[in-house]
Amino acid sequence: MHACESGNPFRRGADTWNGVATERLSTAPAIDAVDLSRRYGTRWALARVSFRLEQGQSLLLTGHNGSGKTTLLRVLAGAVPASTGRAAIFGLELGKERSEIRKRVGLLTHASYLYEDLSAQENLLVPARLLGVPEPVQRVKELLAKVGLEGRARDSVRQFSAGMRKRLSIARLLLKEPALALFDEPFGELDPGGIEQMESLIRELQQAGATVVLATHLIEQGQSLCAQRLHLSGGRAAQA
Amino acid sequence: MVKALRIALPTIGFGMLAFGGWLALVWVPAERDMGAPSRIMFAHVPSVWMMFLCCVLNFGASIWYLAGKPSIKVDAMAEAGAEVCLLFGTIGVLLGSIWARPTWGVYWNWDPRLTSVTVMLVTYAAMLAARRFEEDPERRARVSSVLGILAAASAVLVWFSVKWFNSLHQPQSSPSTTYPELVLTLRWNSFAFLFIAAWFVWERYDLALAARAGELAPPEPPPAPAQQGGAA
Amino acid sequence: MSPRARPGFWLTALLVLQKDLLIEWRSRARLNALVFFALSTLLLFSFALGADTRILGRSAGGYLWLAIMFASVLALGESFRVENENGALDGLRLLPVDPRAIFVGKAAGNAALLMVVAVVLVPVTLAVYDVRPLGGLPELAGVLALGCLGISAPGTIYAAITSRSRAKDVLLPLLLFPILIPALIAGSKAATLVLHGDPMQELQSWTKLLLGFNAAYWSLGILLFPSVIED
Repeated sequence: MHACESGNPFRRGADTWNGVATERLSTAPAIDAVDLSRRYGTRWALARVSFRLEQGQSLLLTGHNGSGKTTLLRVLAGAVPASTGRAAIFGLELGKERSEIRKRVGLLTHASYLYEDLSAQENLLVPARLLGVPEPVQRVKELLAKVGLEGRARDSVRQFSAGMRKRLSIARLLLKEPALALFDEPFGELDPGGIEQMESLIRELQQAGATVVLATHLIEQGQSLCAQRLHLSGGRAAQA
Repeated sequence: MVKALRIALPTIGFGMLAFGGWLALVWVPAERDMGAPSRIMFAHVPSVWMMFLCCVLNFGASIWYLAGKPSIKVDAMAEAGAEVCLLFGTIGVLLGSIWARPTWGVYWNWDPRLTSVTVMLVTYAAMLAARRFEEDPERRARVSSVLGILAAASAVLVWFSVKWFNSLHQPQSSPSTTYPELVLTLRWNSFAFLFIAAWFVWERYDLALAARAGELAPPEPPPAPAQQGGAA
Repeated sequence: MSPRARPGFWLTALLVLQKDLLIEWRSRARLNALVFFALSTLLLFSFALGADTRILGRSAGGYLWLAIMFASVLALGESFRVENENGALDGLRLLPVDPRAIFVGKAAGNAALLMVVAVVLVPVTLAVYDVRPLGGLPELAGVLALGCLGISAPGTIYAAITSRSRAKDVLLPLLLFPILIPALIAGSKAATLVLHGDPMQELQSWTKLLLGFNAAYWSLGILLFPSVIED
């Protein structure tokens, strides 16, 4: 299924939420991975991982540190290429259409993607303008309010705590309105209040129709958010 | 067949070099104006030619890696080319320096060719140094390819910019203006150097591949064990 | 919601440039340190070469460029340090942003920074080395601009390559300086001609060389930068 087949492939779903619209691309699964593998030097960080995730569904990704969760998410986001195997994201081939995939996928990871010397507001304005968000200043204000940082909008990120940086990173992800949202340990560095807020943000994304993959050690939270589960061990899909 | 070639190359090369040495040192009549030291030319010139040849090899491999197929074989060839280029370039510059002392009175001057070749060698040495500090073999190969292309571009630019000064270097003599014994000796030695250089590149390429094999897992991951869980 | 229109190539490059200039402005303490470093380099040359003002004056053009080159290593390294700190460059890449536009934006930002350094160095050079721009201040400005652009293009590529390496402090100058030799030659010659007069109309040739250098490395930079930052 190719993105360009139908006349207007991005029929915006009726579900919108605070401006987060979702795209339904025909009926291609959000993720269709076959034998996905990635090596770093002599080590296979990911070895023959195959799975399928339909649009609008949510997948919990579990596994010990070093089991390949981060690598899998980075491969799916188009950040690093797979060494072998193939995957289709919304019908788009991973190896060939990286740019198109990146437009639809949002990745929240350990790296915050922030510039230390810029304020919270500026750190969101830069990607907002690069994404072509209409009325970027307004949108940035809304998102900062949503993650509870509106009071610190003009403060330099250098002064932010780890939890605040995490919230700013989430706002950055929401800016993109991704059809597929990949979360790599999103609850790390958050206090219980922050964890709750993060959970509700993820739920809102799900209700708007986004597909979610959530990698976390907090199994309880994960299972309450995701119906399906994939457990990795040593880079391979395994029984939990 | 390959094994035979692998022994034949150095044998022929060094054999030719031995004979070529006799040609250069004994047989060829001494050059009119420059005398005995000019015999170094029969080793200096082929060295520099091999350097340029290997430079082209590295450039080609670098482009191929980025534009075509990024295989480790191409990267190994690029590495071999760069190192052998550095080797012959250094020999060429040293021999040229030794020749310069009795001829021009100095070991070094700012002659365009000498300067630009030396700059080029520094560039290649820097590129090889940069390889050492990149652990991931795939990233190292990609970065080296970029560096190789930039190094070749730089060689061209340095050449043109330094040429704008006066040149003390010998004007390139075409075979017809010099006597046949000189031409024959030069050609003979050039082929000798060519065989030796080819053999060096080949051996170095094999070494590079072996090193890569130690650093990289094979191209396909091992098949899944019988029991495999999947998405719930 | 109205549909999004992603900015085109040049607007993207401009946004990246804007971002870099804003970061530089925010951390202008670093910029000050950079300028003082370049100034002290200039002074060091004069101390090392003795007090004969004639000799100093004749070589002023060369020393000016050397000071800028040494400062460029610091500026270029810094330009990518802020990108790698929190993976910000990765974040840009994944938006996605065309890497070639990132290159143009960042290289332009680095060139602008170097021009600021150059602007501060010129009056000091004129004073310390006792020279005057006989060929005209606009001509000197032109030579400096071309030279800074010429340092920035290959410099940005090499800074991107070395910024993720263990030995980045050593590798960047080691890789960059041999590449810059043609620009250094042309820049020094051109600056000297502007400072001391150009009786044989040679300035044009050296300017052409600088232009050729820029053309080569800006195009190579645009071609090769994606390979450098993509994993």
